[in-house]
Amino acid sequence: MSKPRTLFEKIWGSHIVQRNDDGTCILYIDRHLVHEVTSPQAFEGLRLAQRKVRRPDATLAVADHNVPTSHDRLKGITDPESRNQVDTLEKNVKEFGIEYFGMKDKRQGIVHVIGPEQGMTQPGMTIVCGDSHTSTHGAFGALAFGIGTSEVEHVLATQTLLQRPAKNMRITVDGELAVGVTAKDIVLAIIGKIGTAGGTGYVMEYAGSAIRKLSMEGRMTVCNMSIEAGARAGLIAPDETTFAYLKGRPLAPQGADWDKAVAYWKTLPSDAGATYDKEIVLAAKDIAPQVTWGTNPEAVAPITGVVPNPEEISDEGRKDFIKRALEYMGLKPGTKLTDVTIDKVFIGSCTNSRIEDLREVAKIAKGRKVAANVYAMIVPGSGLVKEQAEKEGLDKIFIESGFDWREAGCSMCLAMNADKLQPGERCASTSNRNFEGRQGRGGRTHLMSPAMAAAAAVTGKLTDVRELVAKPVTPAKAGV
Amino acid sequence: MNKFTTLSGIAAPLPMVNVDTDAIIPKQFLKTIERTGLGKYLFNDLRFTPEGTEKPEFVLNQEPYRKAVVLVAKENFGCGSSREHAPWALMDFGIHAVIAPSFADIFYNNCFKNGILPVTLPKEAVETLLKAAAEKKEITVDLPNQRVVCDNKTYSFDVEPFRKHCLINGLDDIGLTLEHEKNIAAYEKEQKGKQPWLYAT
Ligand code: SF4
Repeated sequence: MSKPRTLFEKIWGSHIVQRNDDGTCILYIDRHLVHEVTSPQAFEGLRLAQRKVRRPDATLAVADHNVPTSHDRLKGITDPESRNQVDTLEKNVKEFGIEYFGMKDKRQGIVHVIGPEQGMTQPGMTIVCGDSHTSTHGAFGALAFGIGTSEVEHVLATQTLLQRPAKNMRITVDGELAVGVTAKDIVLAIIGKIGTAGGTGYVMEYAGSAIRKLSMEGRMTVCNMSIEAGARAGLIAPDETTFAYLKGRPLAPQGADWDKAVAYWKTLPSDAGATYDKEIVLAAKDIAPQVTWGTNPEAVAPITGVVPNPEEISDEGRKDFIKRALEYMGLKPGTKLTDVTIDKVFIGSCTNSRIEDLREVAKIAKGRKVAANVYAMIVPGSGLVKEQAEKEGLDKIFIESGFDWREAGCSMCLAMNADKLQPGERCASTSNRNFEGRQGRGGRTHLMSPAMAAAAAVTGKLTDVRELVAKPVTPAKAGV
Repeated sequence: MNKFTTLSGIAAPLPMVNVDTDAIIPKQFLKTIERTGLGKYLFNDLRFTPEGTEKPEFVLNQEPYRKAVVLVAKENFGCGSSREHAPWALMDFGIHAVIAPSFADIFYNNCFKNGILPVTLPKEAVETLLKAAAEKKEITVDLPNQRVVCDNKTYSFDVEPFRKHCLINGLDDIGLTLEHEKNIAAYEKEQKGKQPWLYAT
């Protein structure tokens, strides 16, 4: 019998075009997602070298980072540089024959939302994109990772990448999550435990009963943030949940191919007895709703906690980091997190902008009002997510509660378009990065789940969503 | 691609951990469709006030560090996004090597594609180099011999042979891979036989 292999080893092994003496491999890339920010220089490189795109059929392009999310956006992008980037992408996809979802197309959306939504993302594949959150697609049991622009060009020209195998880490989360605790809390808790560099050099496979119980949306949230722990890729073994999600999607295998594909996908999960370079175990019941207090995702605490005191930290580098973070965030050691008031709420990003995320928000928002001191925006992950939400009437709940319901895009996740924080503004955000300036220069970001962000929106401060879940709205209070 | 062999000059100390790509080059400067011209935005928010005036306390606004060719920093340098604008901005500013105890994966990789050498050294060595850099001592980074020399001390570092070879010779990755085009085509043929759905569109 051959040696038991992990999911990662199986995907890696089946994509080797060539193994070099130094241990690097030319790895075949099955699917390539392209967006406007990291691709112009790659297409320019192809043109200069007179190269073609090897497999336009395996490539899909979309504009998401730069596009406005206001309702009048079809009038065109007013920022000349953003417009130029989107125009350049449109010119490039035409010239190189790549399928493209433009702003007028309802399939347009965040690159990591539309890949799965179209069924392009499938188990066992290798998938890349010039974006670090490509790790999202690992939720389907695909080896998916972010690359730089030079590698984008390399994949366009050769459909391969030169890579060295990563190490394997398994993170097992067993048991039941408490009410109000979600996939986002799981992954924030993991990052809090292992740190922003804890996954460097590894592919992280998430396992355990709490992970298996997650929907595809939840799994995507978890894999999405693998990069925030330093891992280029996250993986979750494909199962019936995965197959059910994919079945019937436009780019999923059809007819006889479907059965063949499922049979193959079932061979992918890690073999019993496969070994990992590192193992981490968490109990689901120990995870409380999480919120970040600092300027990277590892600076996280349970909502029941307090802002830490740097003077109690012995490691000098860490102490400096916390001091600087608290100064930037305008927070004092010992402050209860639930005492921190906010100015804005951003619900969106490739981490949390899918239909299920919006349903969670609606549950909390229903019958409540966004606090008077808060501006809250909801940016769906794609035009199709938006359409689905409207079909379910979620938009009415949002609008009635006072949320701004917008068009699809990256929006205030990275603030490349007009959606940004002003200096000093504090935001409850469902995105994935809270670096200094990420959501606008001087802006202060607290990362959390959609339910927690909704709770913050209606109370005007960081809030333990479990209190709102336990306390249904009374008609007298609603609509005030 | 730019070649890298041996580099001597001023090293700027940046004694911070987790220097992320948003700090190296904030997103408002990612709207370019060129690779060049980003040096003036390098470390924008650390270097300039919102009004655009220099912050005198930031190292790259001080002499002789305006002419730095090496940057010395602490753990997990380059974490965050995949933006290659980060190495482009460093390169355009004139920084051709970064020394740190550890780097984030994608950034590390992106450096090699752009003629920048990321050097990983043990924490103690980096601390010594941070001090030497603060004292304006010159640093030499010698890739062929895999060593950093400063203040009469020598520090050896590891680098993958293939990356070293490409950097020293300024080789274009794509051209190298396309020399194996036959293998790529053969792989595709076999995969198409086994997993036809991957080629169905
Ligand atoms: S939503 Fe944010 S993290 Fe996701 S792709 Fe867009 S900018 Fe990147």
